Formats: sequence, structure tokens, C-alpha cells
Amino acid sequence: MGKYKKYFNLIYLLVFIVMVVVAYTTSKYRPESVSILFTDFSWLGNWPKWLDFPLMPFLNKWFDILIVKYGIFFEGINFFLLGLYTKMKNFLVDLPWPLLMILVIALAFFASGRNTGTTIMVAFCVFFLGFLSPRYWDKCIMTTCIVVIGMLLCLVIGIPIGIMMARNKKVRNALLPILDLMQTIPSFCYLIPGILLFGLGAVPAIFAIFVYAVPPLIRLTDLGIRLVDKEVVEAAEAFGASKKQKLWGVQLPLALPNIMQGINQCTMMSLAMVVIASMIGTRGIGDEVLLGLQQLNVGMATEAGIAIVLLAIIFDRITQSYGERMQERVHHIKKKLK
Amino acid sequence: MSKIEIKNVYKIFGENPEKILPMVQKGATKEEILEETGHTIGLDNVSINVEEGETFVCMGLSGSGKSTLIRHINRLIDPTSGQVSVEGTNVMELNEKNLIDFRRHRMSMVFQRFGLFPHKTVIQNVGYGLEVQGKKIDERNKIAMEKIEAVGLNGFEHQYPNQLSGGMQQRVGLARALATNTSIMLMDEAFSALDPLIRSDMQKQLIDLQAQLKKTIVFITHDLDESLRLGDHIGILNDGKLVQVGTPIDIIMNPADDYVSAFVKDVNRAKVIKAKIIMVSANKFNGSKNINTIKVNEDSFIDEFLPKVCLTQATIEVVDKSGNIKGYITDKELSTALTKNHSNGVFKSQK
Repeated sequence: MGKYKKYFNLIYLLVFIVMVVVAYTTSKYRPESVSILFTDFSWLGNWPKWLDFPLMPFLNKWFDILIVKYGIFFEGINFFLLGLYTKMKNFLVDLPWPLLMILVIALAFFASGRNTGTTIMVAFCVFFLGFLSPRYWDKCIMTTCIVVIGMLLCLVIGIPIGIMMARNKKVRNALLPILDLMQTIPSFCYLIPGILLFGLGAVPAIFAIFVYAVPPLIRLTDLGIRLVDKEVVEAAEAFGASKKQKLWGVQLPLALPNIMQGINQCTMMSLAMVVIASMIGTRGIGDEVLLGLQQLNVGMATEAGIAIVLLAIIFDRITQSYGERMQERVHHIKKKLK
Repeated sequence: MSKIEIKNVYKIFGENPEKILPMVQKGATKEEILEETGHTIGLDNVSINVEEGETFVCMGLSGSGKSTLIRHINRLIDPTSGQVSVEGTNVMELNEKNLIDFRRHRMSMVFQRFGLFPHKTVIQNVGYGLEVQGKKIDERNKIAMEKIEAVGLNGFEHQYPNQLSGGMQQRVGLARALATNTSIMLMDEAFSALDPLIRSDMQKQLIDLQAQLKKTIVFITHDLDESLRLGDHIGILNDGKLVQVGTPIDIIMNPADDYVSAFVKDVNRAKVIKAKIIMVSANKFNGSKNINTIKVNEDSFIDEFLPKVCLTQATIEVVDKSGNIKGYITDKELSTALTKNHSNGVFKSQK
């Protein structure tokens, strides 16, 4: 790899030249012959129309092919995720609300290691979701289902990728720009194509959640594994641990606090995205905000906004306190010998 | 054949070590290489032999390459060139599976900052080597308990490492290395992170353990007193080069160069030289004996009997365990042994 480093600049230059040539030859605004460029210098004033790389038509063509040829593939994903979502949603909506409330409170209670403070806070937030407006209860369930499915997808795909990145520098170098792209590209750029691929509703929202929320999880998994004390990993190697034993016995358990932090980040970003996704017709608490804004009903929008904050607090408290408990288990800060 | 043989090992850190190797072999210094190519020399033509059952101490300041050297023995680091063989096995030729097997059964390691698994209890830590070997939990707990007792940590087996003090943690590290019952132990600055009292305590424990177990130990340290106390042979590294290899007495009495002299300058000789090294053996002795004599065991250090000699002006009779007189020490021998900066090479290696 290092041997070819000195050719990189040359390769960049070549690629650049090829791009300019492609732009020139495909443009319909190009002058009749190249020689005109050297006699008439007016093209140096404004950006010339022929100096235009044809990325747009290329992407359009590629996207059409994706829909036509691989439509069945996306249909399959759609079918699977939608089925999962509908089953989960129907089940939770059909539960009597006090029972669901008790379930969430119990989850908080055990996830926080029987911490009463956290449990009471979560109980309070859960109660207030319905208390703010009875309509919110079912909508919050829909939002929660989308977030949970999106997160599961992130976990199943994100954590293995994070592990691969931590193990292999080349994979990391290749994936980091893609993660940057996923985090910086405006969300509507994949929300709208999401509709074309998966249709309206919950699935494009799940897709958008994945694109938006998986990068921090991948990054923190990668970082967590690489931050594991080098000497501890070396000790495992010195005693003859195989790669698998090293990963499952040492690296993953010690990276767990960081991974939990990643999951927490992932949840928060999922929740942010699911609200934006209401603009492409995803049902949930987000469309209350949208409705309020459309009717210029500031009170309604704010009320729904508060409900989203409450939902976020519930998610955050549960995942965060579970992460803190992991950290305690790994580092045993609780009790010290005198 | 020696237990561990390291032959002409070079290690160069950087982007393209193979290319730099010929330069290093021609004798370019560490600074030149760093300035011209940006590569760092870790080890420069190091060859050592470690015999079965001995403690080989590898000493040097930080950055001298000693930690790099010890990692070549179990191939945590691959050399740029050179050979490492352990009990006749060429370590460099092992494939991944055999290397893992080799690390599991042939040697164990103790680390400077202990390298304990913070998420495992003491007994799980000690049993780790057995765990990766695939031993059943009952068996490994039984062996682990034995080793925990051997290092004197009974009652702590269900604590977690950071509930223990530094000294206790390193005992766990030591027990973990003992648990796999390998004949070779690598100790990378094992006691350097401990405070002086606990360190000398641990050294004593290691010496006692070694007296029973007779393992082959490669011990890394930057502390000369420690190396003199523990080592049967000492190798001194400077800037990746092996400057001198010898017994402790060799190193003190005949330092090979200024670097070694600087090291041994402040050594308290009375504490490291044994009676049997400076004695004149009984059949060669022709000086005059004083009327007063005191008997001294051949393995005692000078500072153990020096006060008595000063008090009584006695001649020392050096005796072995069963009381036979092996030789004598008079004032003359004592003064030569305790005077610094003589380089007449009177004291030959005892081995």
C-alpha cells in the first residue's frame, strides 16, 4: 500500500483530466471545436456551460435501473419490515394502556438496576404522554415501533461493521468517508428516494433512520474496541487466545460501555429522524407537529413537541442507565476494598 | 541447545523496514536512520541464549528495545530479520494455529501494568490461560485456586482486579502466568509499576517460587538492583544493541563500556556480592589468619557479615551448607571487592 503512495497524486490528476474530458464531450453546450477556446477567451468570465460534469443524468439512470431491476428486492424488504411493524404496532395498540405502562415502567426498573429515581421519572413521562392528549398514546406507540425496528436494524448491521472496522485498518479507511457522507448528506436526499423504493409509510422512515442513526453506532463500536487497553489485549494474545476468543472474551465486553453509548446515540437520532419522516407521510407523533404547524396552531405543535421530548427522555433513561450499569460491571467502581 | 535462542534479530519500525535493513546491517546509527528515513530501530543485531532453568534479566533504559525483545520470544512482534527458536521450535515458521498452540502451552507472560481483565474476577483471571486452552471450569478453578494460594491471595478470589492494590494485582498476574504450568515465563517490567517495598517483597516471592519451580524466566527491567537480585545472567541493551551479557558480578566488576559503567556506578556492592565470589579458596589461601574467625555461609552477601568483621577484626571462613570450609576472606579481599572503579578483572564469572 505504502509503496504506491507516490503515484496517488498522479492518479488524482488523471481522474480529474478524464472527468473534464467527459464533461466536455457529453455537454451539448460545447463549442464547435477546441481551438475556439484558445482564440475566444470569453469562457473565462462566467463558469462556462460546457464545463459541467454529468452526474445528474448518471444518477437518474442508475436510480431507474435500481427501481426497475431490483424492485423485487426492495419489495421484499418492504414486505418484511412492514409486516414486522404492523404486527408490533397492532399488538401494542391492542394492549390496555395501564398494562403497557406497567411494562415500560418494569423495563426501566430492571434496566436501571432497580434505581427508583430513574423508574419514577420514566413512569412520570409515560403517564404524561397520554395525559397531554389521548390521541398521542397510539401515535407514540407507532413512533416507538418505528424507532425500535430501525434500531434493531442498526444493531444487527452496525455492530458487525464496527467490529470489522476496528480489526482492519483498510476497511476503516474505506468506510469512514461513507459514514461521513451518511451523516452530512441532507436527510431529504434519501427520504424522498426512500418513498420511490419502499412506498409511503413506515418503511422509508426505517430506512432513513438506518442511514442517519447507524454511523454513530459504528463509530463508537469501532472506537470502543480500539480503546480497549492494549496491554489487556496483548495479555489475551500472549496466553494464546484465538481471534474469536479475544473478540468475545475480552474486546467486546470491555468495549460494551462505549457500544452502549453508541446505542443511546442511535436511539436519540432515530427519534429525531422519525419526526422528520412524518413529512413523507409516516404516521406517528411527528405528524401532530406537522399538523399543528400547517394550521399555524402553535399550541398544538408545541404540545406534540413536548410529547416527543418525553418519549426521548424515556428512551434515553432506559438505554443510558443500562449502559451505566454495564460500565459498572466492567470497571467495578461501586465497591472498593478498604 | 539452549532453551531460548535469539539469533541476529533486527527489528525496524516504520513503513518499509526491509528496505532500511541493509543500512542498519552496515552499521548506521539509530539517529542517522531516524533522520534520513524516519524509521526507528527497535533491535539491532541482538543474539542471546537463555539456558533451561535460569533467570535471564534483560536490562536497559526506556526506549532501549527490551520490551520489543521479549515480545519476539512469543512473537507478539515479528522481527524484521533474524531467528527466534524456543526449545528447538523455530517460532518464525509457526502458522497461525500452531502459534496459538505454542503460546498456550509453551510460555506465559506477566505484564508491566498487569494486563488483567477488569471484567473478570481474580479466579477467572488466573484461569484465563486454561480457559483459552478449553479446560473445563471445575478443573481450571481447582488449578487457579492452587496458584492463588501459592501467591498468597486466598480469600480474594472473587474480587475484581481494581478492588485490589497494585502489589496484589501483580500477584494475580503472576498466578495467571503460573497457572498454565509452562516451563518458560516472560516478565515484562513485571515489578516496575510497584512501589519499592512491595517490589522487593514481590522479588522475594519470585525468588522463592523459582527455587521450587525452576522455570526458565526472561525478566525485563530498568532497575539494576532488581536485575542483580534476580538474574543468573544479565543482558544490557542500549539503543537496540546488546552491549554486554554476563553474570551479575561480571557486569559490576567488568563493565563493557561507559554506558554499563554509568549503570553500575551507584550499586551497593556489599548488597549484591556473595561471599563465595570474593573468597580465596581454602587450598590456595596462604595469607595469615587472625586468631578470631567467623563462619559465614557461602551464599551470604557481604553486607550481612561486614558489621561483624569490623567489630571483631576476624578472618572469615566461608562454609557451605554442611559446614565444610570452602575458603577464606581477609580484609584485602573485602576492600578490593568494595572499591569502585578498579578494572583489573580479578573476579571472573562464577559460572
